[in-house]
Amino acid sequence: MIRIFSILAGLFFAGALAWSLLWDTIGFAQEGLPKTVEKAFYEHPKELHLASDGWFGKFDKKQVKRGFEVYQQVCASCHSLKHVSFRDLAALEYSEAEIKELAAAATVNAPDPLTGEMKDRPGLPADHFPPVVYAGQGHPPDLSLLAKARHDGAAYTYSLLTGYQAQPAELLKQFPDAKTPEGLHYNPYFPNLNLAMPAPLTSDGQVTYSDGTNATIDQMAKDVSAFLVWTAEPKLDKRHQVGFWWLGFLIYATILGYLAYRNVWAGKKH
Amino acid sequence: MAQDAGTDTAAVIDGEGVRRRDFINIAAVSAAGVGGLAVIYPLISQMAPSADVLAESSTEVDIAQVQPGMAMKAVFRKQPVFIRNLTPKEIQEAEAVDVGSLRDPQTLAERTKEGKTNWLITMGVCTHLGCIPLGAGEGEVKGEYGGYFCPCHGSVYDTAARIRKGPAPTNLQVPDYEFTSDTVIKIG
Amino acid sequence: MSFPWAKQYTPKHPFMVWMDEKLPLPRLVYSAVGGGYEVPRNINYFWNFGFLAGFCLVIQIVTGVILAMHYGGNTQVAFDSTEHIMRDVNYGWMLRYGHANGASAFFVIVYLHIFRGFYFGSYKAPREMIWLLGVVIFLLMMATAFMGYVLPWGQMSYWGAQVITGLFSAIPMVGEPIREWLLGGFAPDNAALNRFFSLHFLLPFVILGVVILHIWALHIPGSSNPTGVEVKSESDTLPFYPYFIAKDGWTIGLFLIIYSLFVFFMPNALGHPDNYIPANPLQTPAHIVPEWYFWPFYAILRSFTQDWLFIIPAKLMGVLAMFSAILVWFFLPWLDKSPVRSGNYRPLYRKFFWVLVLDVLVLGYCGGMPAEQPYVLVAQIASIYYFLHFLVIVPIVSSIERPEPLPYSITEAVLGSDKAAAPGDKA
Repeated sequence: MIRIFSILAGLFFAGALAWSLLWDTIGFAQEGLPKTVEKAFYEHPKELHLASDGWFGKFDKKQVKRGFEVYQQVCASCHSLKHVSFRDLAALEYSEAEIKELAAAATVNAPDPLTGEMKDRPGLPADHFPPVVYAGQGHPPDLSLLAKARHDGAAYTYSLLTGYQAQPAELLKQFPDAKTPEGLHYNPYFPNLNLAMPAPLTSDGQVTYSDGTNATIDQMAKDVSAFLVWTAEPKLDKRHQVGFWWLGFLIYATILGYLAYRNVWAGKKH
Repeated sequence: MAQDAGTDTAAVIDGEGVRRRDFINIAAVSAAGVGGLAVIYPLISQMAPSADVLAESSTEVDIAQVQPGMAMKAVFRKQPVFIRNLTPKEIQEAEAVDVGSLRDPQTLAERTKEGKTNWLITMGVCTHLGCIPLGAGEGEVKGEYGGYFCPCHGSVYDTAARIRKGPAPTNLQVPDYEFTSDTVIKIG
Repeated sequence: MSFPWAKQYTPKHPFMVWMDEKLPLPRLVYSAVGGGYEVPRNINYFWNFGFLAGFCLVIQIVTGVILAMHYGGNTQVAFDSTEHIMRDVNYGWMLRYGHANGASAFFVIVYLHIFRGFYFGSYKAPREMIWLLGVVIFLLMMATAFMGYVLPWGQMSYWGAQVITGLFSAIPMVGEPIREWLLGGFAPDNAALNRFFSLHFLLPFVILGVVILHIWALHIPGSSNPTGVEVKSESDTLPFYPYFIAKDGWTIGLFLIIYSLFVFFMPNALGHPDNYIPANPLQTPAHIVPEWYFWPFYAILRSFTQDWLFIIPAKLMGVLAMFSAILVWFFLPWLDKSPVRSGNYRPLYRKFFWVLVLDVLVLGYCGGMPAEQPYVLVAQIASIYYFLHFLVIVPIVSSIERPEPLPYSITEAVLGSDKAAAPGDKA
């Protein structure tokens, strides 16, 4: 009896699905695969190799530090970095005094510890990077986690920063309605191809590097991408290091465990 | 077979084999034990103060505004610190006391930095049960010895913040601090 | 379970005698996971996943309780406190990545455990109760995992909560009030986040309780085995200690190696980047998907695109089908009436089993892709097979199939012949 009900129930679901399938197939036959301007002209991020890539990757601190300089001199006017604290910069080999100075240059709105009243005061190393007030329209995203909040994060930022270009004529020919709207900027590495941010890195030498590296656009884009990997995952070095030793131990212990298992089962067919 | 684990012929004949096998079993169990202990370390360490808490473990205070006879409160490790600029009269009062007669014998010099005896810097936490004594804020009662007075259980401190009367066992604690310049101190 | 040849616990030390009288805990351990529990000697490595699933539950409870010490269940601080764990708490990154990937590991193990059951007929009498409790555990796991994913309050958390609670609004008449009741509001917000946190903390302990029942029910008939032939004599079994402790034990190492590769070297591989963007109730991400372990069911949900015969709403059918996809498992012991348990001796069922495996993989793939062609069409075909498999094919195959000859006993299957088993076994 239960099997009769079950077959009926099975046919009920299969029937409902077949109904959807039927109409969707008709729709598909008429329209074919969806064709959008994003599908046709979106480009996957360019290849980017950073020292922090891979299972043995470690940050190139010099590069990350240069990336911070790019952030400070270019990005910081619009984008905040709220999950990062000034004290974290110690990992980039900034000295205590330099960190203090960097922090003090920022204005932090915090409750006065004695009165609880919100007050502006110079930043302290323990403070996070303060919010950035953006005067224009829209909300430039916070950059602290950007490298983890996008597929292929570092390669994405690098490609985006170096990918601004004029809209291809071919695109307008195929999709006449897809002209980049006023106030937006065409970039094939951006998921919907048009973004509000104008190209931030526009000329070589835009940033002055403290280590004297030649600041080409490509160099700046790479460095700031490396920096954003660090802000998103500051514990990467430690994670790789702990993981390496832990995994080595696990392999050793598992081999011993396997040998012990063979011992215990010696002579037992199964 | 369930019960003939001991009649494994190969092992009985070959005594060396038995010893080697026991060794591997013991090594495997020990490795599991070591692994378990290794895992416990992060599980315990996570409860210790985190990096953001440790970053606030020292505080810099600008004391330029504190005139003789005045005091200010600062916050150090989420607890109040009293910073007091003693008047010559208060210093004299503190030094006049017979140290031997005190519950927690300490001289004012021992409780301040050399050459800066007028700067009395103590935790604002009563050593009795942790209340915050009065006397550092403007217009607050300073108690009969002119220092601090804890209203919770009536402990009275003198101008060197030493316990003089009431239940508190010791003087107000002096935190680690240093003068980084004439007007800035770094506590912790 | 107690086979006549199973050893009874006999305390020797006077303290243990005293203990056994007052609280027979050593006796329980001995008979449940010790030398007194006889297990079919021929179970293969697919029988390790139960033990490993229990291990995963322990990982999740330990890391979860610790994360709760640092997390704030409030929309104002949830995202930031998660980042605080990642950056400032000592080894917080390890605990959080361990917990997030632990959920995935738990599901991998449990899926393998479930499909082991499908293939070897572990759900059949006398083990129906074990199976039913197992399905309950799986449902509880899904609820727990969903609520856990909401806690970081990223974009995927928020929109996951929106979509999953939206499923309940498909119920005619009472759907919308039920959804508002679940959320404590009109959209996911503080009330929802806080109760999800509370329930996410509670449910694992409910799971632990049901797991204990699951193991208890298992100990009545004992484990099944790859032949599906029940234990007949002493030579069919080996005691749990030391044999199966050693076997389960070393595979924990193997499991930890794979799990640690994810935790330490690709911790975000199974997650979604959008969940590193704080929740924004005014903007839906371009492509929302649940975590991978929900993908097959999500694909079934999305396969219903048309109101059936223009009458039954597609949304209602989708929700009904998604829940039914798991609920049909409850009926499996009675839908499959084949007297033979193991797929090893069921030539026809075996073929359909492998089609089902492929089918669920296809459903999973489509569920993770955008809701557009050709994925929807493929998912529809795969969903049709899914329901036909459990509700039509399994009952019919079990009636018409001619199973292959079974071995007389486990001993015969292992050693070639049962009579010669005793002397031959010792070599």
